[in-house]
Amino acid sequence: MKLAISIMVVVLLIVFAITAYVLVKFRRRAGQSGVPEQVEGNFKLEIIWTVIPLILVIVLAVPTVQQVFAFGDDHFNDKDAVQVKVTSHQYWWEFEYPQYGVKTAQDLIIPVKKKIAFELKTADVLHSFWVPSLSGKMDTNPDGTLNKFSFSADKEGVFRGKCAELCGPSHGFMEFKVKSVSEASFDKWVTAMKAPAVLPEDAALAEVFKKQCLSCHAVGDQGGPVAPNLTGIGSRESVASILLNEGQEGGKPVKENLKTWLDDPQAVKPGNKMPSPKDLGLTDEQIDGIADYLANYKLNY
Amino acid sequence: MAHAHSVKRHKGLMDWLTTVDHKKIGILYLLAGGLFFGIGGIEALLIRLQLIKPMNDLVSAQTFNELITMHGTTMIFLGVMPVIFALMNAVIPLQIGARDVAFPFLNSLGFWTFLFGGILLNLSWVMGGAPDAGWTSYTPLSTNTYSTTHGVDFYTIGLQIAGLGTLIGGINFLATIITMRAPGMSFMRMPMFTWTAFITSAMILFAFPAITVGLVLLTFDRILGANFFEVANGGSPVLWQHIFWIFGHPEVYILILPAFGVISEVIPTFARKRLFGYSSMVFATILIAFLGFMVWAHHMFTTGLGPVANALFSISTMLIAVPTGIKIFNWLFTMWGGQVRFTAANLFAIGFIPTFVMGGVTGVMLASAPADYQFHDTYFVVAHFHYVIVGGLVFGLFAGLHYWWPKMFGRVLNETIGKWEFWLFAIGFHLTFFVQHFLGLMGMQRRIFTYLPNQGFDTLNLVSTVGAFLMGVGVLLFLFNTILTATKPKGVANDPWEDGRTLEWTIASPPAEYNFKQIPLVRGIDAYWKEKMAGNKEMTPAEPLGPIHMPSPTILPFVMSVGIFIAGLGMMFSKEHFSNSFMSLIFNNWIVVIIGLLITFGSMLLRSLFDDHGWHIEVEELEEEGVKA
Amino acid sequence: MTSHAETVNGELPHEPEKATLEGRNKILSFWLFLGGEAVLFGTLFATFLALRNQTNDGPTANELFQLPMTAAATLILLVSSLTSVFAIQAMHKHKVAALRVWLMVTVVLGLGFLGLEIYEFAEYVTAEKFGMTTSAFSSAFYTLVGFHGAHVAFGVLWISVLIGQLYKKGLTVVTAPKVYVSAMYWHFIDVVWVFIFTVVYLLGKVG
Repeated sequence: MKLAISIMVVVLLIVFAITAYVLVKFRRRAGQSGVPEQVEGNFKLEIIWTVIPLILVIVLAVPTVQQVFAFGDDHFNDKDAVQVKVTSHQYWWEFEYPQYGVKTAQDLIIPVKKKIAFELKTADVLHSFWVPSLSGKMDTNPDGTLNKFSFSADKEGVFRGKCAELCGPSHGFMEFKVKSVSEASFDKWVTAMKAPAVLPEDAALAEVFKKQCLSCHAVGDQGGPVAPNLTGIGSRESVASILLNEGQEGGKPVKENLKTWLDDPQAVKPGNKMPSPKDLGLTDEQIDGIADYLANYKLNY
Repeated sequence: MAHAHSVKRHKGLMDWLTTVDHKKIGILYLLAGGLFFGIGGIEALLIRLQLIKPMNDLVSAQTFNELITMHGTTMIFLGVMPVIFALMNAVIPLQIGARDVAFPFLNSLGFWTFLFGGILLNLSWVMGGAPDAGWTSYTPLSTNTYSTTHGVDFYTIGLQIAGLGTLIGGINFLATIITMRAPGMSFMRMPMFTWTAFITSAMILFAFPAITVGLVLLTFDRILGANFFEVANGGSPVLWQHIFWIFGHPEVYILILPAFGVISEVIPTFARKRLFGYSSMVFATILIAFLGFMVWAHHMFTTGLGPVANALFSISTMLIAVPTGIKIFNWLFTMWGGQVRFTAANLFAIGFIPTFVMGGVTGVMLASAPADYQFHDTYFVVAHFHYVIVGGLVFGLFAGLHYWWPKMFGRVLNETIGKWEFWLFAIGFHLTFFVQHFLGLMGMQRRIFTYLPNQGFDTLNLVSTVGAFLMGVGVLLFLFNTILTATKPKGVANDPWEDGRTLEWTIASPPAEYNFKQIPLVRGIDAYWKEKMAGNKEMTPAEPLGPIHMPSPTILPFVMSVGIFIAGLGMMFSKEHFSNSFMSLIFNNWIVVIIGLLITFGSMLLRSLFDDHGWHIEVEELEEEGVKA
Repeated sequence: MTSHAETVNGELPHEPEKATLEGRNKILSFWLFLGGEAVLFGTLFATFLALRNQTNDGPTANELFQLPMTAAATLILLVSSLTSVFAIQAMHKHKVAALRVWLMVTVVLGLGFLGLEIYEFAEYVTAEKFGMTTSAFSSAFYTLVGFHGAHVAFGVLWISVLIGQLYKKGLTVVTAPKVYVSAMYWHFIDVVWVFIFTVVYLLGKVG
């Protein structure tokens, strides 16, 4: 890419220089009469500006082809690769780690420096999986056409992921986070994810949560697969991918974000599939209780 | 002649509705194109206003998606296409020394179907919501399941009708250029604009049927419950992408080639030099058109076609840089050694060169699949194609409009305002789109209705919005210029730029109904210039003065288009539940569709049954006008 | 100079369809139009090939198609192409009556083909429960074959109108190009059918 950019800058400079020279040198001066020589063409010049671009194209084409094939390699079954099955939904991301039997949503936790091999598909319309600072993007197609690619993170940290294919009103809000952690932390995270679900302490609230939330969402070993998995949502980077939590620029406390979301999901993310908890008959106290419970549902890793 | 003068000549509105004169149809295309260009421009400004700051809520997410869809669709199909057709209509018959196009009736039909298609598409704004799945309308987002309003139906049926008009126009210009050239004008003596119009028409012929099929399939999915793109029933969404881009990429060259043609006319005229490397220009044009059909999948690098396809399409795409480069250097060397005059037309033409080159180099960067994984669907792409289409095509169109305006309307556009237009538009353009390259590289994906703060996007987006408004002012100035000019008296010379090289500058501005009293004899490339250099004031006629046969005006093309329009509306609402039982009766039983088709096919039948004998302009009349002039 | 005289030098030339510039333009642009039509059908064929195995538990091509009937339809259409060649030959010999007869035979054969196709579709829909919405294969099948059928129907109407014009106006340099162009059209849809027969029916039976 650096090669391409430098060649292109040189091309630009040459064209700009000739343009500037021509425009200054050959402007029509006052009182100028007579007709300039009518040049038909110049075989040598024309050959030169056909052949040089052709050579440049070849120079660019060779590394391009190499990289295309390198990018196309399937690392999914590599021994040391971490497999992740990505399923995109309007407007959230589901990450399944088949080797570990773990499913999560929105925050993709990966061990640093290890090859992460993805298998991508969508549950509804087309989306495109993109972590700008780690790698290029890849579309998620409906069933039957699985796309594969892989990348690895060289250092620990949180990287922003995005959807890059128009997928409906909240396309711009369909973000996710990639959290690159040490291998030890990653193992701890997997263990924590597999621990039994923690439910609200208040029995009545737990009942509401089970009935209203777990019909679609899941925590730990309980609940359904339709909506984002909520296990350990308290320690994620954001709520609903765009309400950033504390610790990030402009972030707010998790509980506040959860309450904003639960108050009116449509106002936060237009067109999303979550029914408003209030329409489901939840009272303000119940919503507050659930927000509090989820905010404190943290994973230690 | 028994039937001479027996044809009724209409006045006022009826004249415009019934005209088959290519010059008037050109003006109609210009008006319609201007209207849609204005609508698309307002949509663009709303988009930029929404993106002026992070987390803005000027328009809703749904409205924003409708705006981007309609902006793209309108600009491509209804904004720039008709302005290209306006120039082609106004200029091509004159450049090849013909009295009209091969099929004046079809010419009119092409315009009216285009116009009614465009109107139908834009009616969506007031009839329940505009299409919202992007101008590419990728499935499954554009299927019934995910796009529940009639928006996408307006898209499929409106574009279908407008596309039909374009296809008719393309065939007409192919036939015109093949058979109607004046004696002596061989293919290799045709002006460059005629050449590009010829190649563009050929591309229209081979590209548009693909989108016709694509739109039919999507319509059937949405209205008849077919399964082309329904994954659950075995359909394939990627199929749509292929069909769309098999049409869509040639479409880009359909748009840009005429601009190349305009530049190739304007630059030589104002440099007082013949076009450098004419043969290689022709060759490059043909090569670009040919390669244009082989690169469609470079829009689909991230779809997952596999490394072989990606590598091949990368290389074929990069190859297009070579013929394009040839053109750029030819233009520069046309000016080399010339006497360059900076009229408004030439400013736009010269401004085109560096701007288009910038769009070209980003194109080569995008052509590399591995790089495209990063650039794809970001603002880098948005910047790239606006550099090509606005910095290339729209600059070219403005150059062409300023250049040929006196030929079309008999008045030269105000040069001072023209130069202001150029500078405002050019500076605004670069402000708007140059920064978008960096937004893309920083990770701003396209088609997002807003963005979170703290990503470094804020300032660049603000700059971009300011630039967009500068462009808007430039366009308004152009509009003001045309209105101002219209108030001035007519009567510019045949050759107002004094250095005209081609046949259109040998006749009156605007030309008489029949263009050429006598068809000229062409003795070389740049026919008029050649005569000038030989000391002649006029072309040598190739025929004696005789009565001129003219086609009759007719309302049938307009009526046919109305019929298609009605059928289209009927089709769209055939599954709608109306509260009114009469409406349900006529729509749900396809009665409206049948009425519309009956109107169209009935008109066709009338056209076939009653021969148009046309009418004649007699020699005396021609001589009389000659005296007056 | 173009002329609208009904004859050239008082006599109809051997190839009346090419006697005027209008006539030649019509034929040239009809060739171009057929080029576009070829792309149109090409895209439909590509769509069909992409989806032909997506039967979604509905009937498959092999279960559905009855080759004898389709072969009969093919034969009818091929013969109609031949009769339209005879029509043009009659036109070149200026035998208007023979021209009309051959065109009528062509129309009758076209109607016969359409009848078979309508019967076939009706069978599929009622007896086999194979409709537009059944599967991606069914959608592609009905769209491709139906598009062709619509072309045949349009051709039948068109040629019928031309027969009427031949009665009323006779063979002139205005009517001749129309007849010639309609014959080109008829051959084109015949060729398309040959492809449909091969790609849709034969391949469906075998592949």
